[in-house]
Amino acid sequence: MSPVINTYLTNEFGPLPFCPGCGHGPILKALDKALVKLQPDPAKTVIVTDIGCIGLSDRYFITQGFHGLHGRSITYACGLKLASPELTVIVLKGDGGCGIGGTHLLNVARRNIDITLLIANNFNYGMTGGQHSVSTPFNGITPTTPMGNFEGAMDLCGTSIAAGACWAYRGTSFDKDLPERIAEAISQNGFSMLDIWEMCSAYYMPHNKLKKKDLVDIMKNNNLKYGLVANNPRPEYGFQYRTKYLETATPEPKPRTIEAKFENNVKRQTGIVIAGSAGQKVRSAGTLLAQSSMYSGLSATQKDDYPITVMTGHSVSEIIVAPEWINYTAIDTVDYFVLVSEDGLMKTKSRIEKLPSTCIMFVEKSLNLPPTDAKIIRLPLIETSKKVNRLSIVILALAALIKDSDIIDLDAFAEAIKAFQKPVIAEISLRALKAGSEMIQEAQELEPIVESY
Amino acid sequence: MGLEFIEGNEAIARGALKANCNFFAGYPITPSSSILHHMMNKLPRVGGVAIQAEDEIASIGMCIGAAMTGAKALTATSGPGISLYSENIGLAVIGETPLVIINVQRQGPATGAATKGAEGDILFTRWCTSGGQPMIVLSPTSVSEAYELTYRAFNLAEKYRVPVFLLTNKEIGVTRESVDLEKVELPQLFNRKVSDMGDSYLPYKFKELNEVPEFAEIGGDQITRFTTSSHDEAGYLTTSPETIQRMIDHYTAKIESAEDDIALAKQDIEVGAEILIISYGITSRSVSIAVKKMREQGCKVSSITVQSLYPVPRTIINKAMSGIKRVVVPEMNMGQYIQEIQRLTPSGVKVVGVNKMDTTLLSPDEIIERGTKS
Repeated sequence: MSPVINTYLTNEFGPLPFCPGCGHGPILKALDKALVKLQPDPAKTVIVTDIGCIGLSDRYFITQGFHGLHGRSITYACGLKLASPELTVIVLKGDGGCGIGGTHLLNVARRNIDITLLIANNFNYGMTGGQHSVSTPFNGITPTTPMGNFEGAMDLCGTSIAAGACWAYRGTSFDKDLPERIAEAISQNGFSMLDIWEMCSAYYMPHNKLKKKDLVDIMKNNNLKYGLVANNPRPEYGFQYRTKYLETATPEPKPRTIEAKFENNVKRQTGIVIAGSAGQKVRSAGTLLAQSSMYSGLSATQKDDYPITVMTGHSVSEIIVAPEWINYTAIDTVDYFVLVSEDGLMKTKSRIEKLPSTCIMFVEKSLNLPPTDAKIIRLPLIETSKKVNRLSIVILALAALIKDSDIIDLDAFAEAIKAFQKPVIAEISLRALKAGSEMIQEAQELEPIVESY
Repeated sequence: MGLEFIEGNEAIARGALKANCNFFAGYPITPSSSILHHMMNKLPRVGGVAIQAEDEIASIGMCIGAAMTGAKALTATSGPGISLYSENIGLAVIGETPLVIINVQRQGPATGAATKGAEGDILFTRWCTSGGQPMIVLSPTSVSEAYELTYRAFNLAEKYRVPVFLLTNKEIGVTRESVDLEKVELPQLFNRKVSDMGDSYLPYKFKELNEVPEFAEIGGDQITRFTTSSHDEAGYLTTSPETIQRMIDHYTAKIESAEDDIALAKQDIEVGAEILIISYGITSRSVSIAVKKMREQGCKVSSITVQSLYPVPRTIINKAMSGIKRVVVPEMNMGQYIQEIQRLTPSGVKVVGVNKMDTTLLSPDEIIERGTKS
């Protein structure tokens, strides 16, 4: 058994560095008493601080120490605790840090990560000259509120509780029971916080003639409870992560890979653009085309373009296939252009106008195209897709493209469908594949739907 | 093993896991969000922790905290997020924190063309925090290199106890390519040197300036200290000019003395070439085609693809300059890395930038036209 630790403070650096009358010293001594009561292993205990006079504190303890950026101590504390759950993590920060790092206070409370936060709340920025903070009382005089503060003072406990803090205490650095309260907070399995009101003897106290008893009066005048404000335990974040995620996670399945097993007729880098609408499965059909090209011994790339409101508007995929490694992943000269909807047309209109005569377009027959040099094959895509499945319109068009161009084998496309789609979907896609290849055969027999400007 | 069809962002997540990354914190931003998705999905499967933080400041803050417990931490964002990382990057430098930071660049400034590519963050990444210390910045040209260089970034972070950047671009991050990651050759995994000094442990002790201090994890047996403030070898705040200068020299020396160890570049040198094209990232792939075309037309030309942008691989670049009359630096920005190249170019050699940031790739023909014929 380890020997009993009588104090967690070290005097290696002499006495505590705070101004006479400052509340920081009593808070640290109360923390020390709490630690003595709890006897945590100093190597498994970390005191995290940030900027402000209270940020000088970590080195006066024999525990692990972490001193970070202004207002960000909670973020480091969360990282420490999440990565190393056996650590006892104690954060010391000021009211200034609660202002600049307000979002971290809200979010640690909301997540309920098992750290303990001690706020040394002296109503001002003592380290930088006594400027007003988020907790400066109404009418408080500071260099930045020379005629009195008229910003509302943040109720740090109330704010944290509203965000989800389970355990919150409001008190003063003069409280006799502060060590017990701190020990109680550290013992919580979840986020706990103490808003400890105190004196800044250098600035706020002299400017406002603040006395010890005024602290409790300010609480009373603002209807703020003195003492334990909340104690509503709920499951801790790390505990939930471990039980909901770590314990139920299964090993990563081996990625499905593609071996070349079909022939192809692609002699040079070939660019294929598919333009349609959100919800038409443009991107996933494009991926299948790329994957079937890989089954045919080709390299492939894919880029997608769609609005941030993903369920509406256009969806455009650009697929490149090539016998060799594809260096240049933009399509400056389109070889095949699949157009299945008005949204796709609107998005690519100017591009269609510039298509070269070497490009072949596979177009839903009801769309009105702008003038273009491309060769146009009009197909009854919407009509046919209604017979197969509305969501298979792009597969239909791609089947027509593959059949007509003979760049790869339709069997390679079927292979990709079977390998990468769920069986129910694959069954539909395979029917679309068949319908698409029949559609283009009929179109070829009838001839007149090929037009060019 | 056959081919997979994956985007650069997935390759980054896979490279991180291959390097035994076990902590991730990130915040959604296009075009890096899918790294967050992949890490949220993959890390629990290997017993690691992944969290979506409340903002970018918290993301990197959590990573720094985790890294100091011994975790191998990763965070990922795009240019606007790097702005929010900035102060904490300095903390990782002064605290000597191993950490990998991904920047999937998008066109800027500000929100810019959020879903489009550019490489406007080259100098920003180099000088991204106050103090001006050297940074290690790697840049992949492809999906498989995104995998390889993420893995290497972890090795460098561990070896030199620094934040290491992987600077990529929407054009690699969210473009899918056919790749075989099993075929990618990776160096041996490197883990930070852990102290066994016990009670006499000093977190920032080094003899030679370029020596990397031994690590003790917070929560391990040894008591350690981590601080954002100028400190001595014990990690205690100091105001001694000698100690402060020695630490500053140390941060610089450990990177600068490792320049050749960090240097990564692909060289395609042609004897007798008078033109040298220096590029990085996605643009290097257009350069490969440009070089081939130029050679077919009888032009002698060499090229270097810089994969370790910082520290600038001067030995490789200087060597390639021999006999060169014109250096061409194509970039998807308005001329950033060219400033590093100009510094290394002997007088009398013309340095030409080919620049645009209209969200489209520089094509091989643009590079030839604007780079060699003006």
